Amino acid sequence: MDKIAVSCEEPSLNSRIDPRFGRAPGFLIVDPETMAFTFIDNGASQVMAQGAGIQAAENIARSGAKIVLTGYVGPKAFRGLSAAGIKIGQDLENMTVRQAIEKFKAGDVTLAEAPNRMSHGGMGQGGMKGPGRMGRGK
Amino acid sequence: MKVTVASGKGGTGKTTVSASLISVWPGPAVAVDLDVEEPNLHLFLHPEISGQRNAFMEIPKADESLCSRCGQCSDLCQFKAISLMGEVLMLFPEMCHGCGGCISICPEGALSADVRLLGDVSWGHSEKGDFIMGRLRIGEAMSPPLMRAVKARLEDRITASPADVIIDAPPGVSCPAVNAVMDSDMILLVTEPTPFGVYDMKLAHQAFAPMKKPMGVVVNRAGMGNSEIYDYCKAENLEILAEIPYDRRIAEDYANGCIIADTSEPMRQLFTGLAEKIRQKAGREVSR
Ligand code: SF4
Ligand code: SF4
Repeated sequence: MDKIAVSCEEPSLNSRIDPRFGRAPGFLIVDPETMAFTFIDNGASQVMAQGAGIQAAENIARSGAKIVLTGYVGPKAFRGLSAAGIKIGQDLENMTVRQAIEKFKAGDVTLAEAPNRMSHGGMGQGGMKGPGRMGRGK
Repeated sequence: MKVTVASGKGGTGKTTVSASLISVWPGPAVAVDLDVEEPNLHLFLHPEISGQRNAFMEIPKADESLCSRCGQCSDLCQFKAISLMGEVLMLFPEMCHGCGGCISICPEGALSADVRLLGDVSWGHSEKGDFIMGRLRIGEAMSPPLMRAVKARLEDRITASPADVIIDAPPGVSCPAVNAVMDSDMILLVTEPTPFGVYDMKLAHQAFAPMKKPMGVVVNRAGMGNSEIYDYCKAENLEILAEIPYDRRIAEDYANGCIIADTSEPMRQLFTGLAEKIRQKAGREVSR
């Protein structure tokens, strides 16, 4: 089964989900069968003036996870994750990482078609033009 | 002499003060609207526009057949305007700051220069003198590079024929506002004596103070609100150079696009006095 990345506060399955995708302290990359996990530190993205969501998406693409469970994903991070073939389950909060994975395994998480957050502040209002995407497709 | 008219927030009457100063300024003065996100000085001065040009910023474009997915561009770009997302190279052109770093670092020569339209610079003449403005393209988020294009035009103009300069700056204290005031000889802070006005003026004063430029305050709608603004200015040794009384007629004239200094003799005198104080203050502190 594909690995799942969950935005979290601490490196533990009992950590609460941090609903802010780009600004979460880190991600737990979990194998849903064995519940074995690794932690990716997202601290560097947290303090970025812009592009935190894109950086976080890049970190997850690099981790090999194919599914993200989180609260809110901005449009640019959403485009990034989608381009890398990563599916997104959003609107998850007030639960632990373990509970989120269980919910996903039970089929109770709908994978998103579109981002649920507009760009936040800063340079963000720059519009919603499509990215100049290139690539080998997926 | 360059005078920048700034304010900690919008709606304090910054533009009407700029237009009035232009109207009463002794000697030649160029009016510059650097509030490129929402330029409105032209609505007061009614210049006849004689020229215009687009301003661009250089951004990367990629040739995917050359890209080896090494990720160096992605690691370099602190704005994440270029990102290697797994095996997919993505460009977010609207986030690019135009530094050119990725283009120069790419080992495969896969990146080359493209441009993004920032907006336009236009110039002309009103009965009050020469006029220059910038207007940011709708949807564009980065004003400073366009403001630099406006300033370049201004430099050409005052090199050709010397004149003083009155700049209408963007409101606030963020990057564009700092960019507007940084090379002026004098900063005029326009505020109003309300709690919000005081708060925003303090922010502006603190943001601009490190530049060590002469600063003065214009209190608009004086008579409303409380005395906090006066206490603050006194404590900070900030001189209040003019007070525009709170008056319904003035507010109406402003709403109708009138230049306040042109509406009555007392107003004309008020702004003539302000212009004189600015010249003294800037002249004195500049030559010191
Ligand atoms: S030009 Fe600079 S800001 Fe723009 S994508 Fe390249 S590295 Fe990033
Ligand atoms: S630096 Fe050049 S070769 Fe490397 S990923 Fe970026 S575009 Fe591709």
